[in-house]
Amino acid sequence: MNYNAFSYDLRKDVADMIYSGKGGHIGGDMSVMEILVTLYFRVMNISPDNFGSTDHDRFILSKGHCIEALYAVLAAKGFFPIDEVKKNYLRFGTEFIGHPNVKIPGIEINGGSLGHGLSVAVGMALAAKMNGSGSRVYVVMGDGELAEGQVWEAAMAASHYHLDNLCAVIDRNRLQISGSTEEVMHQENIARRWSSFGWRVIDVENGNDSDSLYRAFMRAKNNRFRPTVIIAETVKGYGSKIMENKADWHHRVPTEKEYREMISEFQKRKEACWE
Amino acid sequence: MNMTADRAVICKTLIERAKTDRDIVVLCSDSRGSASMSAFAESFPEQFIEVGIAEQNLVGIAAGLAKCGKKPFVCSPACFLSARSYEQIKIDCAYSGTNVKLVGISGGVSYGALGMSHHSLSDIAAISAIPGIKIYLPSDRFETEFLTNFLLEDTAPAYIRIGRNPVPDIYSAGYKFEKDKAVKLKSGSDIAIIVCGETVKPAYDAANLLEREGISAAVLDMYCLKPLDEKSLIETASGVKAVVTVEEHSPYGGLGSMVSAVLSKSCPKKVLSLSLPDSPVISGSSAEIFRYYGLDAEGIKASIIRLLEEL
Ligand SMILES: Cc1ncc(C[n+]2csc(CCOP(=O)(O)OP(=O)(O)O)c2C)c(N)n1
Ligand SMILES: [Mg+2]
Repeated sequence: MNYNAFSYDLRKDVADMIYSGKGGHIGGDMSVMEILVTLYFRVMNISPDNFGSTDHDRFILSKGHCIEALYAVLAAKGFFPIDEVKKNYLRFGTEFIGHPNVKIPGIEINGGSLGHGLSVAVGMALAAKMNGSGSRVYVVMGDGELAEGQVWEAAMAASHYHLDNLCAVIDRNRLQISGSTEEVMHQENIARRWSSFGWRVIDVENGNDSDSLYRAFMRAKNNRFRPTVIIAETVKGYGSKIMENKADWHHRVPTEKEYREMISEFQKRKEACWE
Repeated sequence: MNMTADRAVICKTLIERAKTDRDIVVLCSDSRGSASMSAFAESFPEQFIEVGIAEQNLVGIAAGLAKCGKKPFVCSPACFLSARSYEQIKIDCAYSGTNVKLVGISGGVSYGALGMSHHSLSDIAAISAIPGIKIYLPSDRFETEFLTNFLLEDTAPAYIRIGRNPVPDIYSAGYKFEKDKAVKLKSGSDIAIIVCGETVKPAYDAANLLEREGISAAVLDMYCLKPLDEKSLIETASGVKAVVTVEEHSPYGGLGSMVSAVLSKSCPKKVLSLSLPDSPVISGSSAEIFRYYGLDAEGIKASIIRLLEEL
């Protein structure tokens, strides 16, 4: 299975949702896609069959505005039909709203307000230890999100409690709504910040490559005594040059022309994955 | 019909005033675009502070600036500003009496289908329970402009909630608003509708629809929720059979509760409070949500007709 190629199929699903639902956070959906695909298809033991039991792994999308990418991945995992999402996303009366919502199968916790996810993940990782369960907890945060103080309160607690069953991923796309993260609130030395809080840090230079991410997740699994953070260097809007690295694509809805262009570029790049 | 978003008016007014007032400072938390404050940031980079996605820090910094003579305007989505920074609002602004103006943008259900995390339907209840802070909900560009200028003179901390969408004019240029005094938009003898913010327009339209059916409804724009203009409220209520409040808020602790508390003491009347429900709000655009819960003109009209039949 070529997971990078597969990610392009899911990018198309996301573009369909956003184009027809007339809203969504396309830039961050595109940067986080390989992270989600790798977790759900290669790393975590979460499926519609075991979801809701006590011993599956746990996942939290703390950058909850990128729910469209998660809808695409959960649909591909068989939690619900993708057509149901495309038909209902953001429509009147739907449960497929613009942020994580526990009414949707496969979602653990409601979200949308940045900075909450890591604390909830710490609680889940503590519970797994208390219950003697082998399940692992994964949480994905945005880089802009790291400005929230709560993230660092949770980071402190995670290393204090030696939560080696906890793995955080930072979608390091270097953009947030108002522009470059470094201009809005700079966070250079991001790796050193985390290691000084007692975390193991794994840098992934190409965070839009599933194999690189997979190797990092395997290393994280073998870490003992400390929580792990994977800093995935990604490209916001990855998949189409019209939106790559462009801040205003944080939540832009493509025009018909842009939509067609991105769909055909996804296809071309997908084919290039096999070469 | 002119349609202008109140957020754009606040920016324009602050730009105008900042030309002669170096103490005006605008603070944002990765929210300058949604607050329409990019133009201010570009015009007065030295009077603009970006804190990143950190709403607690945002309000604390503003309190420090105010303590040292600045006039900070904090602009962040109402949902995060009123909830995430609640303790900073309580202690650093209200209890400490610092001149911080908190502008809650995209208030109420402005964010529609983004869901409950992005709605602010408990902000009035939460903030009005803190002593020492004022609360305002303007309804159009003229009232917003008046309010922004007034807030620049007033030194008390205040929370202002505005919506995201462009709204039609209710007033006209040159209208003379009075500080902390509600505006009687329409007189009436059967019913009084008390409203604020984005429910003013549908209530006003409802009153006009009712007039065609021979029902006389007064409309009072209570843009100043705290201090509530009790005098105008009692005056308006004393001449009618019953009172209706309409608000973009939970049924608890908002305009309806405030109005009921005053009238039960000073002018007992039946009060019907129309609001969003005490349950997760249906997903949709704000217009769809208003319609679904009967907060649009037709819905308000129907509730009033039912109420009058029951009396
Ligand atoms: C507490 C909170 N404040 C503000 C927002 C509004 N908001 C949504 S997305 C976003 C930018 C997020 O940037 P980043 O974390 O870098 O995410 P990404 O680039 O992956 O989209 C902001 C400020 C929010 N959802 N929650
Ligand atoms: Mg980012």
